[in-house]
Amino acid sequence: MTTSLASENRLKRIFRSANIPPVYYFLIFVFLFSGILDQFLADGQIFSNPLIMLNIIVRSVALGIVAVGQTLVLIGASIDLSVAFTISITAVMSSYIMQGKTENVPVAIAGVFLIGIVIGLINGLIITKLRVNPFIATLGTGLIIKGIINASFSNYTGSVPQAFEYFGYGKIGPIPVSIIILFLVVIIGWFILARTKFGAHLYGVGGNSEVARLSGVRTDRVLIGAHVLCSVTAVLSGMFLVSLMRSGAPWVGPNGFYDLNSIAVAVIGGTSLSGGKGDVWGTLAGVLIFGILSTAFNQLGVNPYLKTVFQGLIIVLAVASYTIRSKKEAA
Amino acid sequence: MTEELKEVVEEKNNQLEPLLEARSITKRFPGVLALNGVSLKFMPGEVHAVVGENGAGKSTLMKIVAGAYIPDSGEILLQGERVSFNHPREAQLKGVSIIYQEFNLLPERTVAQNIFLAREPGKFGALNVAELNKNAVSVLKEVEADQLISPTKMCHSLSVAEQQIVEIAKAISFDSKVLIMDEPTASLTLTEVKILTDLIRKLKARGMAVIFISHRLIEVFDIAEKISVLKDGELVGTVMTKDTTPQEVVHMMVGRDLDHYFPPLGKPEDFGDVVLRIRNGNNDFLKDINLELRKGEILCVAGLQGSGRTELAQSLFGVTPFKTGTLEVSGKIRNIKSPPDAIRLKMGFVTEDRKAEGLLPMQPIRDNILLTVRTLQPLFEFIFKDGIRSSRTLVPTLAKQVDLRADTFDREAQFLSGGNQQKVVLSKWLSTKANIFIFDEPTRGIDVEAKAGIHDMIRGLTKEGIAVLMISSELPEVLGMSDRILVMRDGRIAGELPAKSTEQDIMLMATGHTKDQDANNNASEGKE
Repeated sequence: MTTSLASENRLKRIFRSANIPPVYYFLIFVFLFSGILDQFLADGQIFSNPLIMLNIIVRSVALGIVAVGQTLVLIGASIDLSVAFTISITAVMSSYIMQGKTENVPVAIAGVFLIGIVIGLINGLIITKLRVNPFIATLGTGLIIKGIINASFSNYTGSVPQAFEYFGYGKIGPIPVSIIILFLVVIIGWFILARTKFGAHLYGVGGNSEVARLSGVRTDRVLIGAHVLCSVTAVLSGMFLVSLMRSGAPWVGPNGFYDLNSIAVAVIGGTSLSGGKGDVWGTLAGVLIFGILSTAFNQLGVNPYLKTVFQGLIIVLAVASYTIRSKKEAA
Repeated sequence: MTEELKEVVEEKNNQLEPLLEARSITKRFPGVLALNGVSLKFMPGEVHAVVGENGAGKSTLMKIVAGAYIPDSGEILLQGERVSFNHPREAQLKGVSIIYQEFNLLPERTVAQNIFLAREPGKFGALNVAELNKNAVSVLKEVEADQLISPTKMCHSLSVAEQQIVEIAKAISFDSKVLIMDEPTASLTLTEVKILTDLIRKLKARGMAVIFISHRLIEVFDIAEKISVLKDGELVGTVMTKDTTPQEVVHMMVGRDLDHYFPPLGKPEDFGDVVLRIRNGNNDFLKDINLELRKGEILCVAGLQGSGRTELAQSLFGVTPFKTGTLEVSGKIRNIKSPPDAIRLKMGFVTEDRKAEGLLPMQPIRDNILLTVRTLQPLFEFIFKDGIRSSRTLVPTLAKQVDLRADTFDREAQFLSGGNQQKVVLSKWLSTKANIFIFDEPTRGIDVEAKAGIHDMIRGLTKEGIAVLMISSELPEVLGMSDRILVMRDGRIAGELPAKSTEQDIMLMATGHTKDQDANNNASEGKE
C-alpha cells in the first residue's frame, strides 16, 4: 500500500515537473512571431545566425540577473524600486575605484558588494522595522542613491581594466561568460527558493506574514535577507554593465529601466505582486521574451517604440491569462 | 496500556500537578480590558473546554498561553516552571501548540510545506524535500488522513474540512504536551466532527492536555472533562462536565437562562404564495433541482459538507447561475445570471464566509450597510442626495432593526465581533427591502446569545412576509428553525421533510443508505 502511494507520488511529481509554466507558451509564441517577422523582413538572416541568437541572451543578462533578485522580494510580498540606482552606483563606483588598474579590481568588487549589502539592509530595515510600505521605502532609498551619485559624478568616471572586461566579453568555448553567470544566478535563485529553508520561509512571509510569524518564522529577518539578496543581484548586474561599457556612468541603471522591467518580467513569469507565489524559471522566460523582442526588433530596424508596445501587450495578456486560469482552477 | 496510562494520569491528577497553569493573567487592549486576573489549570490527559461569548477573552487567553501575545501581568507555568513566551515559536518548542480559529494555511504552498513551515528538515539551511514529504505522510497518518490528503497537494485545492485536518496535523506534529484548539469544529460536518473527537480522545490517552474552545456545547459536553466559563474577560467558574448541564453552562456564559433557544415555528396561515420556484435546475454542481419557497416560511437546506448546499444558494443568487431549468420569482419567469439580477428581484444573500464575501473589513460600518442599496441607485444620486440623507437616517434605523450596537458607524467593520459583523451583513440586505432571503450558515462562529438574537431576527423577517431559505450544518438549528426541510445529497435534492422531524431522519436522508455512502466515499477517494 505504501509503495503504491509512493509510486503515485512519484508519477505526480514527474507530471508536475513536466508541467510547463504558462509563461513558456508566451515565450514560444514571441519566438515564432519574431521568426516569422524575420522571414518577411530580412529573409531569415537573424534567426539563422547563431551569434545573434546568443546575443539575445547576452542582452538579457543584466536584466536577468537583477530580475532574479526582484523575484525574491516580490515573492516576499515586497518590491524593490531602488535596483536601477543600485546598478548605477555599482557601475560608477567600480570603474571609479578601478581606474583602469587590474590591482584595484578586488577592492572595487569588495567595495560595491558592500555597498549593495548595505542598500539591501537599509531597504529591509526600513520596510520591516519602520513599517514603511516597500514601494515607498525603496522609491525613497532609490532617490537618495540617485542624488548621491548625481552630486558626485556627472559623466563617465574612471574605467575598468582589460581583465575585468572578461565578465562582459569573455567566452568559455563558444559560450559567453555572461550567459554562464546568468544561468548560475538563476540556478542559485531556484535553489534558494525551492531547496532552502530560507526560501520556504520567504514564500510563507509573502503568502501570509502573520501565519508565517505564528508558525515561528522570523519574518523580518527573512524579508531583510531577501532585500539584501536583491541588492546583491543589482550589484552583479551593475558590474556586468560596467564591464561591457568599460566605464561607469550615473544613468546606466535608470536608462535601462531595470526597476520596472525587472518587476515586469517577474510578473510575466507568474510571480504574484501580492506575494507568496512565483519562481525564477518563469522570470527567466519573461527575461527571454523581452530579450527576443528587443533583439529582433533592433536587428530588423523596426520602429523601437513598437517593441515597447509589444512589451506592454505581453505584460497585460500574460497576467490576464493567469488570472483566468486561477479562476478556472478555483471553480 | 490505556489502563496504565489512566492510572498514571489519575495519579498525576491526585498530585494536583497541572501541565499548564495560567496565574492571574491580565491583558489590556486600547479601550478594552480583555482579560482581568484569569487563573486556570490544565491537567495532563484531560480535555478542558473554555467557553464564553465572543469577546469574553477566550481567544486572547489562548494567544497568551501560546506565546502570540504577551500578558500585561500574571504568569504562565509549564509543568510547575515559570515560562514567558516572547514568540509562538518558543511556546511550540516547549510543547504548547495552538490551532487558530481562522485558517492559517498558505494557499500557494503544499500540505507538507505548510505542516512543517519553519521546521523544515535539512542541514545547513538546505531543504530536504524528500524528507519533508515523508515526514508529512507520517504526520498525516497519525491523524488517519494519509489516504485522503497527499503531502504535495497545494492547500488552495483542499476542501475546508481537509484544510482543518492539515491544521490539526500541523499542531500534532509538534509533539505537543498541550494542544489548544480554538473552534476546531466550526466548519466541520457531523462525520468530520466525530473523526476529530475520536482524535482528541487519542491525544488525551497519550497524556496530553487538550484545551478546547467551542461554541457548540453539544461537543463540549461530549468531549470535555472540565468546562471553564469566561465572561467579559473574567473567569466565571470551572465545573466538572459530569456535574453540570448545558443549561447551567449557558447560564454562566450569558448571565441568564436561554430557555427558548429557538423562536416558535410559523403557523400554516402565515405562509403565502410561492415567491421563488425553480424547475429542473441544472449546472455543473447541481442536478434536477426543484424547489418552491413560500412567503413567510423558513425553508432549511440540510446535507453533508459538499452535498451542494452552498452551491444551491449561489446558483439561486446568480453567482453560479443555473444553465437549464426555469426560475420563477413572484410568479414570473425570470433569468438570474448575476448577483445584481438577483438583487433587483429583491433577493438577499447572507454568505457563509463573512470575511471573504459579505463584508468590506476596512470600510466603515456605514458604507458596508449602504453597499447594496447604493448598487440599486442611479450612479450619481447617492453621492449628492441620498448618500447624506441615508447615512443620517437609514443607517441608524437599520442598525436598530438588527440590534447592532456600535459607538460610531464610522468604525471599520473589521473591529466588530463576529455577531456584530453578521448584523452588519444582515442590515445591508434589509436596506434593499428584499423579500427573499438566503442565509448560508448564518450563525457559524457566533456565540450563544448573539445566535439566539439572529434566530429571532430571521423568524421576525418571515412575520413581515419575507421568504427565507436557510442553509445550516447544525442540525439543532435546522430542526429548531425550519417550517420545511430540504435535504441535499451529491448535488441533488434527496427529499423533503416536515417541521419537527428528527436529526435521525435528516441524517438518514443526507447519507442515503450507509453502504451507498461508503461506496461513494471510496469512489471519490479513488479519483484523488
